[in-house]
Amino acid sequence: MTVKVIKVGEDILGANEEKARANKKRLDKHGVLTIDIMSSPGAGKTSLIMSTIKHMRDKARIAVIEGDVASSVDADKISEMGIPVVQINTGGGCHLDANMVENALNSLPLEDTDLLLIENVGNLICPNAFILGEDRRVMISSMPEGDDKPYKYPAMFADSDVVLLNKIDLQPHLDFDTEGFKKAVTGLNADVIIFPVSCKTGEGMEAWFGWLESAVKGKKNR
Amino acid sequence: MHEYSITESMLSLALEKANEASASRITRINLVVGELSGVVSECVQFYFDFLAKDTIASGAKLNFEMKPTQVRCHKCDNVFTPEDGNWACPKCHEAGIEIVSGRECHMESIEVE
Repeated sequence: MTVKVIKVGEDILGANEEKARANKKRLDKHGVLTIDIMSSPGAGKTSLIMSTIKHMRDKARIAVIEGDVASSVDADKISEMGIPVVQINTGGGCHLDANMVENALNSLPLEDTDLLLIENVGNLICPNAFILGEDRRVMISSMPEGDDKPYKYPAMFADSDVVLLNKIDLQPHLDFDTEGFKKAVTGLNADVIIFPVSCKTGEGMEAWFGWLESAVKGKKNR
Repeated sequence: MHEYSITESMLSLALEKANEASASRITRINLVVGELSGVVSECVQFYFDFLAKDTIASGAKLNFEMKPTQVRCHKCDNVFTPEDGNWACPKCHEAGIEIVSGRECHMESIEVE
């Protein structure tokens, strides 16, 4: 049998990207600002979501998608706050993909939502390779993780619109070079916005809320 | 698990292309994978052998062309490969760069019978 070479030249994740574009279109139709929140485990994704809900719930109608390998601990906390939430358990998978988000969107009141926060699986390696249909990507890097993370996980930092440097209340106990960290992040991503914050004490959070509020308005007025 | 979903997508793309060409067997899949894509070729091969069983891609050889990370300095346009975690430009020592290669994850071609 003769061997024939078929040119493909397509992205392996093309199917995910197609689905993500469909999700984006659906969210755009309802004017829902969609944020993909990525970080390592324990950097403060759930804390950020909870304090954002507390601060923003009178200004925007919020919904949440919680991605976790297992358990519904985080979704339960958000549900107790009276916020529509869908838990996705990836069953060992290390990232969310557009298909999982499409299914989750079916269970959310999109017509009554202004802001959708998607908590990705805690991981600094691959969530950025899978677009979901989000408007913005927000990454949390927390001080105890160390100031060398931008160069260890460059793609994640290069793909984020916003980097929240969390747990700044712990600075006195750590050897964290904040200026070096900022220089490394902006070196990889000249357009990134960095907000040093503490979800625990609230320090620096006003700047994040301000950015988010104007992004929600911007989406509505499109 | 990252490689599992990549392998699933890769296999379904290869099967789709082979089907369009009415091929009876896929013998080789040529892939281009960047260093920054986080894809470990041995893992992809492992999952592929499992997932491709009972398909026309069973036994196909996976060929990986690995692309090193290359970045361009914003200031002097120098293109270089960061070494030892040092991402500053070796020529002008500026930190501002953009990634120009290393994130590839695509299928170049398939070979079929």
